[in-house]
Parts: sequence; structure tokens; C-alpha cells
Amino acid sequence: MSKEKIKISEAMWDFMPPEYQDMVDRATYGNNQRSWKDIGSSKELIEQHSLCAGCPESIAFRYILASLPNPEDTVMVGSTGCTSLVFPHVAIQNIHSLFGNQNAIASGLKRALKVRFPDKIKDVVVLAGDGATVDIGLDMTMQSWFRGEMFTTICFDNELYANTGGQESGLMQKGFVSKMAPVGKLFEKVRLPEIAFESGCHYVACLTVSKPNRVEKVIRNAVLVAREFGPTYVQLYTPCILEIGKQSMEGLDEMKDAEAIGQRFVAKEYMTDNVKAFLKEQDAKDKAAKKAAKAAAAAAK
Amino acid sequence: MSGYQVKPGPEAFLPPSASSMGIVLPDPGEGHIEGRIVPEDEAYELAARKFLEAKVPTLFPGPLVLWHWNDNAAEKAKAIKRLAEAIPARIIPMADYRPKYPKIIPEVEINPNHPNLTIWHNKIDACIFIGVHCHQANLALKIIRGGTSCYTMAMCAQAGHEDACLSFRDASVAKIDKLTETVLRLKKEGVKSQGDEFKQFRNNYTVSYKPSYE
Ligand SMILES: Cc1ncc(C[n+]2csc(CCOP(=O)(O)OP(=O)(O)O)c2C)c(N)n1
Ligand code: SF4
Ligand SMILES: [Mg+2]
Repeated sequence: MSKEKIKISEAMWDFMPPEYQDMVDRATYGNNQRSWKDIGSSKELIEQHSLCAGCPESIAFRYILASLPNPEDTVMVGSTGCTSLVFPHVAIQNIHSLFGNQNAIASGLKRALKVRFPDKIKDVVVLAGDGATVDIGLDMTMQSWFRGEMFTTICFDNELYANTGGQESGLMQKGFVSKMAPVGKLFEKVRLPEIAFESGCHYVACLTVSKPNRVEKVIRNAVLVAREFGPTYVQLYTPCILEIGKQSMEGLDEMKDAEAIGQRFVAKEYMTDNVKAFLKEQDAKDKAAKKAAKAAAAAAK
Repeated sequence: MSGYQVKPGPEAFLPPSASSMGIVLPDPGEGHIEGRIVPEDEAYELAARKFLEAKVPTLFPGPLVLWHWNDNAAEKAKAIKRLAEAIPARIIPMADYRPKYPKIIPEVEINPNHPNLTIWHNKIDACIFIGVHCHQANLALKIIRGGTSCYTMAMCAQAGHEDACLSFRDASVAKIDKLTETVLRLKKEGVKSQGDEFKQFRNNYTVSYKPSYE
């Protein structure tokens, strides 16, 4: 990891728009200790977002980008939906796929990267809505898990099709009425985290994005485990404030309510024993690295 | 042979792609002027004159030269700066191809999805694309030809651009320098730049990480 990959030609430096200079100068690329705490003080990997004001997807997106262990060598695969409006602003390689096809695209991509760059770590991360992951793309999602494809799938679960005006999705809760589903959902929210674990995912997490450090940990775990073991799945509750009739400032409260004891988004994780041991080792390494970085910073002062 | 000519616009909201009108690309050692295949020297001569005749001659470097992918890219960037100083011409970068919404800042950048905004805003009447990937260059060149009267040129690293009014192919540092030399020679012969006075836009961004290139 280094800034080597994003150098501006010296003769052109003065002519580059400031946002690019800023990106090269202050982005967190190459910083092994990068974290969600860099949001706001260093150059973020999203310039602007094009979501509704206060949409929790926007902050979830930032946390995810800040948590990727290897952003320069990560390729994200997106799908149609509200998230796809943000990808053009993201300073990480990304591919837009046909709605629902994201996990098929990611499978091919990950395999091709492995052939093309056998000596390099290249992470592939899918980021798609619940409609793309659980309904229209469910076949592609699950087949990639059955095959043990080595990448991470992240689902922004806003419990409906937000981008097309609020149709019912498999992840919608039973009884919920939305603008384009006036009858109300007749069956239960699909238990995709459990299905994912049964289908071959080595690490699964389901939570809201109310706590950045938790999101960071989970994303990092998922990417590292996908590198070593096989498919991983993270489901994040990012409520569509527009569809549930909340104000811009109310997204956080909505998430906190939804993760309270007994509610549907109490944080949960599933992992194999091997993964548990691996993550424990990884945690110890991370702690040591953090300590060393702190000591080095103190010595430099 | 096609009777179609790749002239400056405004041609139509959606001008036809030049290739669909029968315009073909030059072979090595050749260029094209408005769709007519010519020896490369003729293209240098006309390109240099177009820049000197223009009121707002502008160079549009693309990602292939703006970013330091390798040493050759950095050398091409230097050659572009020499060309800009010789004419003199503005340098306005096309740093990437993202559709930038809600807006671009047309003084400092050009975007392939609405290049006409930069042309209109700065009243650019002659321009050259250098280091822009083929498909984005063709898209942008067509939009410019569609909605503006700017004379478009392309210094293409591959086989040339049929959608530019004038195109070179196989761009290299030597070729960019040859264009610079042609401009300087014409100036020596008495051809004066008709360009408006301008100050090259420079960012006053304060740098904490200065790239080093030893
Ligand atoms: C193949 C295909 N089918 C249908 C659509 C229409 N479409 C666009 S966005 C969308 C729903 C997106 O829902 P979700 O994946 O939950 O993302 P969200 O917008 O909620 O974040 C649909 C059905 C499409 N673009 N492509
Ligand atoms: S429609 Fe909903 S999910 Fe989409 S950007 Fe707006 S608030 Fe977010
Ligand atoms: Mg959704």
C-alpha cells in the first residue's frame, strides 16, 4: 500500500483541480492505521454523495471506505439502487453491474485478479441493496456462496426498493406498508444472515450503522476472512428515511431503536471455529501494530 | 470516398459519428484533417496555425498524462507544458471520467460527459486532446462538435480520432515536441499569436505532501 499509485505528473500538478491535489495529498491511502476516525480530518474517499440528505447509506458508505484494509487494491462491485448513485464519487476502483448480477460479476473479477496478479492481495467487495441481494439477485448471491467465492458481500438493508419508490423486498418486515406495497407484507423478513452461514459463508454479521467502530471491525473482519477462507456476508441496516417518513436527523435514532434488545437488528455474528481463531490472532496483531505506531509517533515528536 | 467533412460545429444536437459517415483513420506517418488523410507534416503545420489563429487556444490533457503512471507519462506532461508555453495556451485538465454532478468548475476542468460547458464558459475556439482514452475522447469530441464552434484536435496515442477536426496518431514526447517546434518556427516566420491575454489558472492549494520524482 502506498501513494505510489496516485501520483500526479509533476509538470501537471499546478493545473490539477484542488480536489485531486487534496486526494493525493491527504487521502488515507497508504496509511495502515486508517480508520473511521479519519473521516472529517483527512480527505475522504467520497467527494460528495448524491443520496437524500441524512440518508444513513451515506454514512455507512463512508465507514466502509474508511475500514477497507487495502483500498488501493480493492475493487468494489455495485448494483442498481440508491448506492449506485454514490459510486461515481468514490475514489476506489468500482464496477457497476446489471441489477442483481453483482455476485456473478464479482466471482469472475476475483478469479481474474488472482490470475492476473498472483503475487498481490486484491480484495473484491460487493455493495448492493436488499432488492439486488435478496430478491432479484438471490440466485447469483447464493450461488457465489455455494461455490465458495473468495469475496465479501455487503448488503445495505433498507427493507425495501428505495430507488424505485418503495416496493416490497424480501428483507422488509412482516406487515410493513410502503408507498408501492399498500397491502402490507404478508410474510416474514428473510433470514439472510442465517441462510448465508448455512450456504458457505465463513463470516457473517448483521447490524445497524449506528456505531462506527463496530462497522469498521466487521468490515475489516469480513474482508480479511474472505481473503483467507472464502465468502463473507455483512448486512447493514441503513433505514430509508424517505420511505419511513423520517427527517434527515432521525436516521441515527431509527437505527438505535432497531438494534435495541428484542428488536430485529440486535447485532449478531456467525463464524466458523477456524475463523474465530484467525480473528483472535488478527486482533492481537492489530493491537501490536497500533501500539508500535503510537510509539513511533511519540518518538517522532 | 465519403463527402463528409469533420468540421467545427455546432452541427446538431447529436452529430453522427464520423466513422458512420465513412471517415477512416490515418495509417502510421499520416494524420487527418477534417477527415482527409494527409501526410503528418501537413497536420503539424495546420495544427500550429490553428493554435496561433485562435483567441483561446487550449490544451486538454487527460488521465494518461496527468497521472504519473510511468516515466513516459511524466515526460509527456512536460512536453505538454512546453507546448502550452510556446503557443501560449491554457491548460485545462480532464482528470478522470466520472460524471461529475451536480456541477463542474469550468474554469479549471473539463469533463467528458459535458465538455461543452468548459468550451462555452471559456470561449475556447481551438483545442487539443492529449492523453484521453479513446472512447471518452470520441464521446467528448462529438459533443463539442455537436454544440460548439470550437476547432478540435487530437494527439492520439493509438490510431487517431476520426471525430476530431484534425488528428495525429501514435503520440509520443517527440511528436508533441515537433508540434511545439512548428509553432515556434511559424512565430519566427512572423505568424503572431492572436490569443487573448490570459493568466494560466493555478490553484492556490497549499501542499503538505509534495510529490518527489527522483
Ligand atoms: C435488471 C433490472 N431490473 C429492475 C431494475 C429497476 N430497479 C432499479 S433500482 C431497483 C430497486 C433497488 O432496490 P435495492 O436493491 O433494495 O436498493 P435501494 O435503492 O433500496 O438502496 C430496481 C428494481 C433495474 N434497474 N434493472
Ligand atoms: S431514497 Fe431512501 S435509501 Fe435512497 S437515498 Fe433517499 S433516504 Fe437513502
Ligand atoms: Mg433497498
